[in-house]
Amino acid sequence: MEKNMLKDENDRVDGFLKVTGKAKYFAEYELPGLTYGVLVTSTITKGKITSLDTKSAEKAPGVIAVISHLNKPSAAAYEQESGPQMKIFYTDKIFYNGQPIAIVVANTFERATYAASLVKATYANETFNTDFEKALKDPKAKKLQGQADYKRGEENAYKTAEVKLEERYFLPIETHNPMELHGIIADWRPNNQLTVYAKTQGVKATQGTIANVFKIPMENIQVNSEFVGGGFGMALRTWPLEIATVMASKHIGKPVKVVITRMQMFTMVGNRPAAIQTIGLGANKDGKLTGITHRAYGETSTYENFTEGVVNMAKFMYQCDNVNTSYVIVPVDLGVPIWMRGPGEATGAFALESAIDEMAHALDMDPLDFRIKNDPETDQQKNKPFSSKNIKEAYKIGADKIGWRNRKNKPGSLLEGPWQTGYGVSVGVFNANRGKASVKGILKADGSLLLQSATSDIGPGTGTGMTLIANKLMNIPVNKITFELGDSSLPPAPSQGGSATLSTVGSAVNDVCVALKSTIAELAANSNMDATSNFVDVLKKNNLPQIEITKESQSGKEKDSYSMYSFSIHFVQVKVNSLTGVVKINKIVSVGDSGTIVSPKTARSQMVGGAVGGIGMALTEESIIDHRYGRYINNNFADYHVPVNADVPEIDVNFINKPDPYINPMGAKGMGEIALIGFSAAVANAVFNATGKRIRTLPITPDKILA
Amino acid sequence: MINFQYLRTTTVKSAIALLVKDKNAKFLAGGTNLIDLMKRGVTAPEKLIDINHVPLKEIKQVGNKIYIGALTSNTAVADHALVKEKLPLLSWALQAGASAQLRNVATVGGNMMQRTRCGYFYDTEMPCNKRQPGTGCGAMEGFNRMHAIFGTSDQCIAVHPSDMCIALVALDAEVILANAKGERKIPFKEFHRLAGDTPQLDNNLKADEMITGLEIPINNLAKNYHYLKVRDRASYAFALVSVAAAFETVDNKIIDVRLAMGGVAHKPWRLTASELFLKGKEASLTNFEQAAQLAMKDAKGFGGNDFKLKLAPNTIIEALNLAKSKA
Ligand SMILES: Cc1cc2nc3c(=O)[nH]c(=O)nc-3n(C[C@H](O)[C@H](O)[C@H](O)COP(=O)(O)OP(=O)(O)OC[C@H]3O[C@@H](n4cnc5c(N)ncnc54)[C@H](O)[C@@H]3O)c2cc1C
Repeated sequence: MEKNMLKDENDRVDGFLKVTGKAKYFAEYELPGLTYGVLVTSTITKGKITSLDTKSAEKAPGVIAVISHLNKPSAAAYEQESGPQMKIFYTDKIFYNGQPIAIVVANTFERATYAASLVKATYANETFNTDFEKALKDPKAKKLQGQADYKRGEENAYKTAEVKLEERYFLPIETHNPMELHGIIADWRPNNQLTVYAKTQGVKATQGTIANVFKIPMENIQVNSEFVGGGFGMALRTWPLEIATVMASKHIGKPVKVVITRMQMFTMVGNRPAAIQTIGLGANKDGKLTGITHRAYGETSTYENFTEGVVNMAKFMYQCDNVNTSYVIVPVDLGVPIWMRGPGEATGAFALESAIDEMAHALDMDPLDFRIKNDPETDQQKNKPFSSKNIKEAYKIGADKIGWRNRKNKPGSLLEGPWQTGYGVSVGVFNANRGKASVKGILKADGSLLLQSATSDIGPGTGTGMTLIANKLMNIPVNKITFELGDSSLPPAPSQGGSATLSTVGSAVNDVCVALKSTIAELAANSNMDATSNFVDVLKKNNLPQIEITKESQSGKEKDSYSMYSFSIHFVQVKVNSLTGVVKINKIVSVGDSGTIVSPKTARSQMVGGAVGGIGMALTEESIIDHRYGRYINNNFADYHVPVNADVPEIDVNFINKPDPYINPMGAKGMGEIALIGFSAAVANAVFNATGKRIRTLPITPDKILA
Repeated sequence: MINFQYLRTTTVKSAIALLVKDKNAKFLAGGTNLIDLMKRGVTAPEKLIDINHVPLKEIKQVGNKIYIGALTSNTAVADHALVKEKLPLLSWALQAGASAQLRNVATVGGNMMQRTRCGYFYDTEMPCNKRQPGTGCGAMEGFNRMHAIFGTSDQCIAVHPSDMCIALVALDAEVILANAKGERKIPFKEFHRLAGDTPQLDNNLKADEMITGLEIPINNLAKNYHYLKVRDRASYAFALVSVAAAFETVDNKIIDVRLAMGGVAHKPWRLTASELFLKGKEASLTNFEQAAQLAMKDAKGFGGNDFKLKLAPNTIIEALNLAKSKA
């Protein structure tokens, strides 16, 4: 990382580099002899390639090679029977429309693009199905258990409750669509030495995957990924297109760069799978929940299973003695999904938090009162106390700020011409994780501290958070601290996902700083210096230019004794036009309960980003497939609607900011996921409050309001 | 890459001369639509004639009309004092389109010529009679949420996507077209076509012609007007339905009224019957509602766009209400 530009504790360490265009992303690396790869994709949805004519492509100007299953370059793991199922270029099978079937490498991107259009495939078609609803209804279609069924108390207790409801919720496929397109630069050199510039949420994971596929030692592979232009989960694995690029580089002996198109972003790098959920809720007349049943069906591919935590929340979020859940995955002929921000929990929270609102309405209770009445003191699923949980306080802060007192419990009560106003609330919750990571700290006699770890930063501000942790502990000014990441040769750290980076890597930073401090104290004592001496003086006195310590850090027994979660409360005020069906979110108040806030500015950004993603999930985002062809219809930024500025109102972000006593030394819990989890339900609940219309199918577009 | 020749010209005369020389030549204005279509493989002109340096960027008042040159940018038109004062409906419609960045380079002529956003038209692996006559219409029984409810044919149910054009048809604009021999003017409402059995044709521009400008009569519609665009997000999305509404009242009676709809047909859709109904009547909600009902005669949904049968009249009513309340 270049010179640290941190000005005050509120700035991002890399903010200056990013806004001045100096931050270098994977696609911007210029290697000598760099060549350009473009992927050819299948135009059928299921079947076999019967012929692949690459001749005209090979003869096109500037083309260096065309690689496909016909000339598969060696990839040791793919030659064995037990490798991954969709082995790129090691199969003639087509699993979905838009699957990469060849890569054309040329000396310019334009030439590769043109030559790719000359590759002609013929296929043997098989019947296919990309329609999740249809697969669900088809008794012959496969259904696989995604997660063990869960039961506490009586199964389906809601059915016999005094007040009950059972509703069905639908979430369509969403595509992550970070601004930065996916891709990789691979440079395979003699003696099986490989350098890649990747867009990845885990440099170590990328290194490991490539090592596994090509059966070369990890040490031979250098992965660089210092800056990532957004991931939201799609860069949590090494995709076939990346393996294809490495193969191509190996094959031609030159560095190859691949940057996929926006359209390919819909078919090559996963998505949030569609989900169909039913929730059954039972309560007694006083508003105590007596039964929760959450059944979910999630979409997956035919060649790989994907599961996520859709039904987790139902098991512990509300006090209830009778809870049962099931989660089934249903293969369709589409590319395999991957976690998208908030992952399955966000999917599940839409259904559960909508249903909770519906139950409050059925009971004629204020949904906030209903939630508080059923707020659990302990985790009934794990039978453990929560490590920390302040959601009642969070409810109160949020309710005050949104003006909850102006809400009327009777839907459709607040009118102004055709505009109806409504208020909604929901909860988000996600595991507060802490994994294992190593950090190296180098404390120098020039007064600076260098910290290094092979973690990633897809945008949350990892370097900023780590710098602030060290700054607090070491009392070294922030502009004298540098945190290096995104380099596989640094001490290992897990991939950035599951809101765990600050907790995991931050703990290692903490441990390194503590160790550095005690080493300095020892050195001071040994050289008869005052225990409070400045480390620069101590190092100088000892003639040491620097000291260096590496620490591995992970959680201990506290994990077994406590149930650890981060929580968020989302309040929204919406205006709905009863004539045009337009929903405008007028105000958002989000309250995070995620322990200590280490870095106020980047923490706020997380909550803002989560709310924006939540607006997309609630109102605009949907990847549409024409099931007759198995092809996406709206695979571009004009037609796949991510929220724009005009959709985003003032977002009032608040934090409880109380340390969790157990999770880690900072008392800080993750918050990337909770920023989004539950948000869409708050919107749906507000729309109901405004109009009396309960929309259970996302996104809430004008046609659904008018229906 | 698919090579093409890039030519730049500075006069209408030479632009037309270059155009007629080559069947596969196309004008390049802002390029915001043409380049996209080239990248998607929908079109592959052999020659691009860059007309951005042709001096057709004037906006001026000529007698009782406003003249706008065909290469004026969408932003320049929307922001021009004359347009804002005399034809605010046009300014509003333009502002409702695309994004600021696109409007800065998009031109009046290019906007009129922009092609449909139908997904089947854009995907060369799918059937589309507009892109490739005879291959069928993907949208008819497919994804047709964005598609037409008026004037459809069994060949094509695509919609014309422009916002600007909805205001222009309402304002009785005239289009100035030039060829090597001279100029002709046609009413704006006759510029675009219905799909019929020639869905490949969007409009009546001849192969040897260039759009050079517009003339828009000055009216008394600068007080009660509104352009209401209903879309899936608050900005930067094409219309599900849009309505250009403007009227003039004397003694509480409507003496002139213009209504046109976007997002509902293969061309900007003027609501003549509704206008006729409203003329001479009071600007009241009941009359607006009846006018909206009249507009829906012969509307037909295709499944995914059935909601427009309700959204369209509602939007007409809301646009008229908003035009009325603007005082
Ligand atoms: C993401 C996106 C969102 C958009 N959203 C909207 C929207 O909400 N509403 C809306 O109305 N529009 C929208 N647009 C479309 C935009 O308005 C058009 O792309 C633009 O107006 C085209 O103008 P241009 O000058 O760039 O045309 P070009 O792309 O240069 O040309 C388009 C066509 O017109 C022809 N042409 C250009 N000038 C002349 C002339 N003088 N005579 C004859 N032929 C000519 C060209 O040969 C070409 O075939 C959007 C576009 C994009 C990319």
